[in-house]
Amino acid sequence: MELKSAIPEGPIEDLWDGHRFNMRLVNPANKRRFNVIVVGTGLAGASAAASLAELGYGVTVFSYHDSPRRAHSIAAQGGINAAKNYQNDGDSIHRLFYDTVKGGDFRSREANVYRLAQLSVNIIDQCVAQGVPFAREYGGQLENRSFGGVQVSRTFYARGQTGQQLLLGAYQALMRQVGTGAVTLYPRTEMLDLVTVDGRAVGVTVRDLQTGEISSHSAHAVILATGGYGNVYYLSTNAKKSNATAAWRAHKKGAAFANPCFTQIHPTCIPASGEHQSKLTLMSESLRNDGRIWVPKDETDQRSPSDIPEAERDYYLERQYPAFGNLVPRDVASRAAKRQVDNGRGVGPLKNGVYLDFGSAIDRLGQPEIEERYGNLFEMYDRITGEDPYETPMRIYPATHYTMGGLWVDYNLMSSIPGLFVGGEANFSDHGANRLGASALMQGLADGYFVLPNTVSDYLAGLLGQGAVGTDHAAFRESRAEVEDQTKRYLSNKGTHSVDYFHKALGHIVWEKIGMERTATGLQEAMRDISSLREDFRRDVRVLGSGESLNDSLEKAGRVADFFDLAELIARDALHREESCGGHFRVEHQTEDGEAARDDDNFSYVAAWEWQGEGKPQILNKEQLEFEHVHPAQRSYK
Amino acid sequence: MNLTLKVWRQAGPTAPGQFETYEARDISEDMSFLEVLDVVNEDLNDRGIEPIAFEHDCREGICGSCGVMINGQAHGPGFRTATCQLHMRLFKDGDSITVEPWRAASFPLIRDLVVNRSAFDRIIESGGFISVNTGSAVEANMIPIPKVVSDAAMDAAECIGCGACVASCPNGAASLFTAAKMQHLNLLPQGQAERWQRTQSMVETMEDFFGSCTSHGECQFACPKGISIDVIAYMNRDYLKSMSKNRKLGGQGLTT
Ligand SMILES: Cc1cc2nc3c(=O)[nH]c(=O)nc-3n(C[C@H](O)[C@H](O)[C@H](O)COP(=O)(O)OP(=O)(O)OC[C@H]3O[C@@H](n4cnc5c(N)ncnc54)[C@H](O)[C@@H]3O)c2cc1C
Ligand code: FES
Repeated sequence: MELKSAIPEGPIEDLWDGHRFNMRLVNPANKRRFNVIVVGTGLAGASAAASLAELGYGVTVFSYHDSPRRAHSIAAQGGINAAKNYQNDGDSIHRLFYDTVKGGDFRSREANVYRLAQLSVNIIDQCVAQGVPFAREYGGQLENRSFGGVQVSRTFYARGQTGQQLLLGAYQALMRQVGTGAVTLYPRTEMLDLVTVDGRAVGVTVRDLQTGEISSHSAHAVILATGGYGNVYYLSTNAKKSNATAAWRAHKKGAAFANPCFTQIHPTCIPASGEHQSKLTLMSESLRNDGRIWVPKDETDQRSPSDIPEAERDYYLERQYPAFGNLVPRDVASRAAKRQVDNGRGVGPLKNGVYLDFGSAIDRLGQPEIEERYGNLFEMYDRITGEDPYETPMRIYPATHYTMGGLWVDYNLMSSIPGLFVGGEANFSDHGANRLGASALMQGLADGYFVLPNTVSDYLAGLLGQGAVGTDHAAFRESRAEVEDQTKRYLSNKGTHSVDYFHKALGHIVWEKIGMERTATGLQEAMRDISSLREDFRRDVRVLGSGESLNDSLEKAGRVADFFDLAELIARDALHREESCGGHFRVEHQTEDGEAARDDDNFSYVAAWEWQGEGKPQILNKEQLEFEHVHPAQRSYK
Repeated sequence: MNLTLKVWRQAGPTAPGQFETYEARDISEDMSFLEVLDVVNEDLNDRGIEPIAFEHDCREGICGSCGVMINGQAHGPGFRTATCQLHMRLFKDGDSITVEPWRAASFPLIRDLVVNRSAFDRIIESGGFISVNTGSAVEANMIPIPKVVSDAAMDAAECIGCGACVASCPNGAASLFTAAKMQHLNLLPQGQAERWQRTQSMVETMEDFFGSCTSHGECQFACPKGISIDVIAYMNRDYLKSMSKNRKLGGQGLTT
């Protein structure tokens, strides 16, 4: 497979502008003749669908949620970055670009990241115009804060509900287009296959989750904005239903899957409280601005945190990283916490956390100020744990949060299948090996509002005069038959264990062996374990009920089956990448003081895996990365 | 602790429904209400009985997917707490808990505890937005907004669209939901151009689907976000005004 990044020529500042000028346009009368399918209504999907409909295209939207407003994007708390430099603190497009490339540990494409930084400012304008109620200063101007490992204040936020407000903005724009008839919306409808004809994406096969009806939809182009795959770990901060099925089925139809092993573990989540735990809750990273992380120096210390004197606490991040202290990037903070817990210094009833302490911030700023900044997060913590963080330090522990890997896309966000575009967390594009805080919302909206409407138009211009492929085409028929077959297979399996039982078991393997720290032997074991558990799953899963009505277990069965295959690929990718970078930490590759050791000579590339058929290992394709503007250096936060 | 759950089971929209009783054993107080349903479902599946269908996703109280009547209360006994955030500390060993779907004619039942809330989407579609095409926005700080106004808009914008307000209202009214979105948009300078059309259109769409508000006030106590019924007063005032505003504009041929 040849991977053409399609990065235009020219100075980096002018690439996007120049590219837009060179793109072909579709005249308004012709736009009506084109139909685009958008799968997913998170930030990326809702914004893309609304913007394409505003341009005049016919848009068909699918989501497995009952309403577009429920997409997982709704849960983002902390904020969204933009290089507005409203604070006059030295920020610029170039600095956001630089921080993102460096934060991604030099495994992302410079051209994409530069465009992202440029578009960030337009996103804020667009969202404010839609009525997104970002936090404001008393003078009525927008307020900013600093967030997750950067030294300028460029993060815009709406209390602790930034994702909610941004998603509602995009959802409202989308519903406006549903009202005009430009968008046809299919909620509670799951895409279960991508249909290709002559190597191009021409439509999808979907299942109506309420009636079980399986149907085909054709279009001139298909956009997947179906989110990330963090739930492969079973326990994660992702919404329970988030899954990789749409991306995985596209992968099986020929779309390369890039850097699957780049997964992000977020340092500040509430530790699991027992075996029943169904998901983990994120405590926004902004808490690290004022909270101090520590563990007791003595691992046998049983006292309550308030009885442990200053001198007997180890503020290990401040000690190890004096320059950044509690604000080191996510991967660094996560591994440091894991090491404390692995060394037996964990706190809480299960000794599976570290303290995040607001004591000194409350002394310094007063409780009202802390309430103003984090009130809703403190309330949420109290509700979940039954402990009051104003009185006693929070307990936190890392959890899977975000996946930088995803379907490979070129500069136009088109996958290796012509006509299939991928936006938001589902693609691999901008974050390299590690994503900075408040940058996923930015990327999802840059893709949806500004990139895809242009690049999809350019693609459609080349199809002028061609009708969409009819759904009676053999490719659609075969795809429907296959999806029907799969559904029947699960329902007729006479197994003994639930889908969740297997998902938990899979998650356990992935967390233990492909989690925060990875070793060659562990990865090889993981591949064996995954494969044998998958056999058990196929033989022994029990899905009750029918295929003709709402059936949660049936939906989950298909998703977990794909997680098995994906988990195997994550392990394979992690095993081949003989270096540590960003969220991928290979124990064999670390510096003397235990930091990630990158190998730029041998691994400065995107690993794009190509499907070879059921039961056969994927083939590795490499897209070499060039760094002309930000020179690879060892990240140092000391 | 051990609990007895009486759960509404109904195979489909037109199938007859009934309560079934299930025992939930060894429940820890750190579990959320939905995790108790997970445990019950796991057990049902092992016994060859179809699991209880219930809606959920974020389990963080923000997506608005979850929501059931717990002992007759929307989202149960927790103050400002969605079902997924309700923890079992609020219950005690031996409790018997009745679990039902949202009860409202405008939310037709799909299965067990799952209902169809798409009427909410119809209300938003009718005017719950600010019409601004991508690309046509002005520089963000060109629109200064007093902090108090922005904060009040945010208070209303926090609505998660779960439907607890409707389920707890004896009239099945959706006034809290509709008014919250209206207050968010009508308060902001960006929302002024469409204010009166938005108001009339959203209220009339709401009335097509839902019952009428008689200021019962139950909704604000059921709301997991604590949205106050003050927003309804604001909506009523704007609706009255919209009548004359839209007529005047219409008389001048300025609206359709
Ligand atoms: C708790 C939490 C907090 C976060 N906080 C921040 C933050 O502060 N700042 C930041 O920048 N980022 C944050 N993130 C990351 C960010 O929220 C996500 O990366 C981003 O919202 C993903 O958006 P998306 O549009 O790509 O996908 P999603 O929002 O996940 O949407 C996926 C959509 O696809 C649909 N879908 C998926 N598969 C199918 C299918 N097969 N058929 C039909 N429909 C399908 C779903 O219904 C849904 O509509 C946070 C993430 C989490 C988990
Ligand atoms: S599951 Fe999202 S609000 Fe309860």
